[in-house]
Amino acid sequence: MSTLAYTVGDSATMLRRNLKHQLRYPSMTLMLVGMPIVFLLLFVYVFGGQLGAGLAGGHGGRNAYLTYVVPGILIVTVASAALGTAISVAMDMTGGIIDRFRTMAIARAAVLTGHVIGSLIQTLVGVAIVLGVALAVGFRPSAGPLAWLAAIGVLALFAFALIWLSTALGLAAKSVETASNTPMFLTLLPFLSSGFVPTRTMPAGLRQFAESQPFTPVTETVRGLLTGIAPGTGTIVAALAWSAGVALASYLWAIRLYHHRRPAEPK
Amino acid sequence: MSSCPPAAAIQASGVRKSYGGKVVLDDVDLTVTEGSIFALLGPNGAGKTTMVRILSTLIPADAGEIVVAGHDVTGDPDAVRAAIGVTGQFSAVDNLLTGEENLRLMADLRHLPRRAGRQRVAELLAHFELTDAARKPLSTYSGGMRRRLDLAMTLVGQPRLIFLDEPTAGLDPRSRRTMWEIIRELAAGGVTILLTTQYLEEADQLADQIAVLDHGRVVAAGTAAELKHRITGGHILLRFAAPDALNLAAHLLTEADADEENLTLQVPGDGSLTSLRALLHRLDGAAVEVEQLSIHTPDLDDVFFAVTGHPTGHPTGQLTEEKVR
Repeated sequence: MSTLAYTVGDSATMLRRNLKHQLRYPSMTLMLVGMPIVFLLLFVYVFGGQLGAGLAGGHGGRNAYLTYVVPGILIVTVASAALGTAISVAMDMTGGIIDRFRTMAIARAAVLTGHVIGSLIQTLVGVAIVLGVALAVGFRPSAGPLAWLAAIGVLALFAFALIWLSTALGLAAKSVETASNTPMFLTLLPFLSSGFVPTRTMPAGLRQFAESQPFTPVTETVRGLLTGIAPGTGTIVAALAWSAGVALASYLWAIRLYHHRRPAEPK
Repeated sequence: MSSCPPAAAIQASGVRKSYGGKVVLDDVDLTVTEGSIFALLGPNGAGKTTMVRILSTLIPADAGEIVVAGHDVTGDPDAVRAAIGVTGQFSAVDNLLTGEENLRLMADLRHLPRRAGRQRVAELLAHFELTDAARKPLSTYSGGMRRRLDLAMTLVGQPRLIFLDEPTAGLDPRSRRTMWEIIRELAAGGVTILLTTQYLEEADQLADQIAVLDHGRVVAAGTAAELKHRITGGHILLRFAAPDALNLAAHLLTEADADEENLTLQVPGDGSLTSLRALLHRLDGAAVEVEQLSIHTPDLDDVFFAVTGHPTGHPTGQLTEEKVR
């Protein structure tokens, strides 16, 4: 077999391992998907009536807010799922099994690739569940099949970026506890973006931050695709550039950490 | 062309390693003959684990020439990895999978064809008496079962050279015996084994060659017999019921060392029947009541003390004493 065939084969083996973990212990997936669902219900039914009043030139209601907030909730789902990656990567790195993998002739990238693709599948399953709940409570997007595909593509690319970032954070963490804390800021950033309320309603400093951080263009692009309001080219380019940039930088950081990581020092 | 003679599974010379200024390995030389069991013996912190990690490509050495299974560890680590199996000190199993799934994972990563992989896994489960627990989660496994699974995972790819870092640490005596049996079987099948241990008895029981490691240096090397030969003879220990008897015997046997607190007398002697008979004859002649007699043959504990100047802290001497009542 060629090197490429080994890389693909070993990565597939590692992916199967990670998917087995997810199936065997679904509580992690449920927790990661549960959070955005709770936010969705909370924001639509508790705050939605009031928040919707500020939309559509003051004529919106709960339904208008539902349409507005679902793309934001989908981004929260992506960010929340990425937390799980840091935890599972750190669990692997602090356990004994990683030293076994390192003393075997297996493709270098396989361990991390297995985690990243496994998390990506987990994220997309989470997005599907959250979308199902959104549809059940009355979300009626106007998007055609192509726009749907594009929206899912944008979400997947952003998920890919956050998962690599979370992988790097998991590798950088000395313990599983640290790994479950450091990526927490990812679940805060959607609130400081256009995910829940339009940025124009924020005070100047916060608004500037919200408009220049990656979650806003990604949310706006997904929102535009789903609701049929074409997002500006600048927004789309910003969303794709942020995703690609974060993915590449995090990938390089993660690989560096993985190769330079020393085994736990002998006691 | 391999740079090492075919008879050496491991050839290491001048190995050095420091962690932040602290020297862990200081100019270590090691030659492990193919098909033999080699024991790296030493107390905690002697550098055993570091040596295993360097030889198994986990960490680089600061200096030294190291050829493992015919390949240079820094030049061609993947070739070394393909030839070796490693069972580390900390259990290297996937706790979220079952025993069988763990072994399958190894079969897949060793690129065994599906059928051959399944067959190998079934063989190993049966051989390590894990068939009944094969589909149970690892949380239900005992310490001994985990250790057996760990070793079984190492053996999936049938490596010709395996590293066992403290294979019996923390095991109960029965599990330890089982592990010894397994190690002997592997060696009988021609597998080269490098193991580390802090139990002198273990090295004595298993190893063809022993290197005693202390503070990162090899302080003695050879066969168990050669190492023991460096110690002058053993002794016979007499225990008495009362101080009177001890005093009487001490008076009689002037070459002996008396321990008044424990009421024992240590008589130099090799434990041969002739010397024993002579001793008993002298005691009988003076009508000294001896409560208990034990023969202490020199063991690796004595060797360790002789070469390092300090004891190991493991009272394994008890296990090799032959008690005569």
